[in-house]
Amino acid sequence: MTSTSTQADEINYLNHQKGIWSWLTTLDHKRIGILYMITVLTFFLIGGIFAMLLRVELFATGKNIMSAAQYNQVMTFHGAIMVFMVIIPGIPAFLGNFILPLHIGAKDVAFPKLNLLSWYCLVVGAVIAVSSLLYGGVDTGWTFYTPYSIHTNNGTTFVVIGAFVMGFSSILTGLNFIVTVHKLRAPGMTFWRMPLFVWALYSTAVIQILATPILAITLLLIAAERILGVGIFDPALGGDPILFQHFFWFYSHPAVYIMILPAMGIVTELITTFSRKVIFGYKAIALSSVGIAAVSFFVWGHHLFVSGQSELAGIIFSFITMLVGVPTAIKVFNWTATMYKGSIQFSSPMLFALGFLFLFTIGGVTGIILATIAVDVRFHDTYFVVAHFHYVMVGGTLMAIMGGIYYWLPKIFGRMYSEFWARITWVLIFIGFNVAFFPQFVLGAMGMPRRYYDYLPQYASLNRISSVGSWTIGLGFFIALGVIIYAITKGKKAPANPWGGKTLEWTIASPPPHENFLIEPIITAGPYEYR
Amino acid sequence: MFFGTKAFAGSFMPIQGSTFAASVDSLYKFLVYASLISCALVIGGMIFFAIKYRRKTNDDKTAYITHNSTLEFIWSFVPFVIFMIVFGWSWYVYLQIRVVPKGAFEINVVGQKWNWDFIYKSGRKSSGEMYAPAGEPIKLILSSRDVIHSFYIPAFRNKQDAVPGMYTQMWFNAPKPGSYQVFCTEYCGEGHSSMLAKIHVLPKDKFEEWLRNDPYKGMNLVQVGLKLFDSRCTACHSVSEENKVGPGFKGLFGKKRDFADGTSLLADENYIRESMMMPAKKVVKGFSNVMTSFQGQLSEQEVLGVIEYIKSLQ
Ligand code: HEC
Ligand SMILES: [Cu+2]
Ligand SMILES: [Cu+2]
Repeated sequence: MTSTSTQADEINYLNHQKGIWSWLTTLDHKRIGILYMITVLTFFLIGGIFAMLLRVELFATGKNIMSAAQYNQVMTFHGAIMVFMVIIPGIPAFLGNFILPLHIGAKDVAFPKLNLLSWYCLVVGAVIAVSSLLYGGVDTGWTFYTPYSIHTNNGTTFVVIGAFVMGFSSILTGLNFIVTVHKLRAPGMTFWRMPLFVWALYSTAVIQILATPILAITLLLIAAERILGVGIFDPALGGDPILFQHFFWFYSHPAVYIMILPAMGIVTELITTFSRKVIFGYKAIALSSVGIAAVSFFVWGHHLFVSGQSELAGIIFSFITMLVGVPTAIKVFNWTATMYKGSIQFSSPMLFALGFLFLFTIGGVTGIILATIAVDVRFHDTYFVVAHFHYVMVGGTLMAIMGGIYYWLPKIFGRMYSEFWARITWVLIFIGFNVAFFPQFVLGAMGMPRRYYDYLPQYASLNRISSVGSWTIGLGFFIALGVIIYAITKGKKAPANPWGGKTLEWTIASPPPHENFLIEPIITAGPYEYR
Repeated sequence: MFFGTKAFAGSFMPIQGSTFAASVDSLYKFLVYASLISCALVIGGMIFFAIKYRRKTNDDKTAYITHNSTLEFIWSFVPFVIFMIVFGWSWYVYLQIRVVPKGAFEINVVGQKWNWDFIYKSGRKSSGEMYAPAGEPIKLILSSRDVIHSFYIPAFRNKQDAVPGMYTQMWFNAPKPGSYQVFCTEYCGEGHSSMLAKIHVLPKDKFEEWLRNDPYKGMNLVQVGLKLFDSRCTACHSVSEENKVGPGFKGLFGKKRDFADGTSLLADENYIRESMMMPAKKVVKGFSNVMTSFQGQLSEQEVLGVIEYIKSLQ
């Protein structure tokens, strides 16, 4: 690659067409990836501000800055935004869109128009959801449990319909990725030669297609119950509120793997590249992604251990949930083993990958604690659960997104960022994260329930520590935003392959040309040939 | 912080108030130690490799190790075995938590925004404070009058959702007399975090005495109303002019009330009664319709008492 060539004299996907209209109607997977990036980062900023407001309210007992009613709304918006508008589209639709075709040597995804449509679904869904603010907002929590959600403010209907529309974004992206992987691989790119990020996205796509429709139907049923008064979930109308929980978690448990599998894919890429070493146990990692995706459909009942579901069902769900631990453990061991006898470089993407490994391991073992039904009876709906899923979702997924952004930013925008400032963000996010969420495990062990606007005095000091930690994370992300924006606008030109990566995206210019590969690549070996 | 059995159970975890709390804690302790060891192995290994194999020169060569079947089998199988041990153990403890001994003393627990009511077979009722005999199995039959709530007693290591339209159950045996904190752990709206209660475990004779006595003995109507109000209405109403979730009651009686549907009337006895029994019928302007009906829950004496009490707040 001609690393000396400058951006100005090269035609690439960023400058081959100009104007906002060319972006809003683009069919280029790379540009759509950037549209997603802007959307997701915007929502992340909003969801993050909500999180910090919550922690201000929880800084001390009693009322600090908002009423209980406002707190419940902020809590709901924080959760719903982070889940439906940040973490679910975050990796597949943003980084996946950009990287997946490059990784398999394709010009684009299989259905470019569908790809654009899926972005519009996300935006339209988000607008509908936000319009709920005009109708009293929502205060159901992101889980919309019935019958509460049937009787509360009218805003709920909008959020539910918004989430329904956003669900289509996810379904269409998943469909697109599956077809792309099956049909558009470059010559010689067999399944076993695909980068593991692609395997992860593929497994995720299967879940997106199979599980999201269940959520869509469930949300529609809530809307129908609210608008038409048909009794489905509300006992006052003859419905069954537990049925809702089954439906909801039949989607939402697999959905946590929509959130984490792609993150695992990114981390796999980061660890091999920055260890400059072939991945340990390629097949095991690839198949464990598929295995997790498959088993994830049969564990939803672990959210209903104390709901009134039968004891037998509880025990069976506890058993199956334990099984998910095995492929997860395999991945963690494989990543660690990849570093053995490697040549490890501590660039900021790698720091985030190591941070992921650290936090995800804690998130994982506490997941096993919660899968243990006799212990979960006590921890269900306490801060122990809050800490656990933040360790997985923030410590896992968001760390991976950050690592992925820093890793691919030179490729996406053809610019380098300040390594020094990127490391500062890592320090703030990593330390802030542990300060914010580790105390929550202890709070949970002490018995503090979640979704509490106010708490007993014995929980005060740990809540205070947690709040300080959350603002530290906030500062870290805020600086990271600055680092990214500065890099995009003023950063040094990036070479084609700044990290010495082996996957296909590093063989083309940064930023890539409009149709990715000037010459169609022919693949003759696996993705991580560091010899 | 996790070390030492004594410190572990004593320092920050709730006391072990029920007969099975200790079994739950030993399982939990095992899990915490197993987790610590696995984290130490993985994270320690990661840090060790990261330091030992850090990049020394820019053209380092690395070993080409693609896999190792034996190793991979071991590290899949060992976690599997540990998980199965945990699962079996947990099954055993779970049955202790769930299987209600025969002949347990039964108490009905009813959740309603944002208060817990307790109804005994003898007809005695209480709100926010449950009384139970020590050293005896107690079966709680839970239900809800509005949305889902959840009855959680950290000291007993037990929790169960109270679901509208069905009965669920849980049990405990608290050997030591004392007062134990109850939380609502299923999100139920504005008052969720204040939907607290206490379980007072009394020696058997004291409990029986409590069960027999008439809570309103020797009280006049206003006192009856005050007592009921304190246990059932303060989650949403104050006795000053301050509005909480619902309107404040000072000066309510005789005042003109404006409703969301545009109608209005002067508050009299009928209106107060109707507000309690059919709260959705006339919703006060500026408030949302979250009050759950008290229809069928209060005795005539209690209804009259509350009305008299509200009248007295001038
Ligand atoms: C879950 C919260 C809640 C509880 C508990 C509750 N209320 Fe209410 N109440 C409300 C709300 C909200 C309103 C205003 C909306 C309406 O009229 O329904 C209200 C209205 C009223 C009114 C009409 C007030 C006015 O200003 O015109 C009366 C009387 C009343 N409640 C009595 C009671 C009594 C007596 C109790 C206890 C036995 C009680 N409420 C318990 C929420 C509650
Ligand atoms: Cu789950
Ligand atoms: Cu509650």
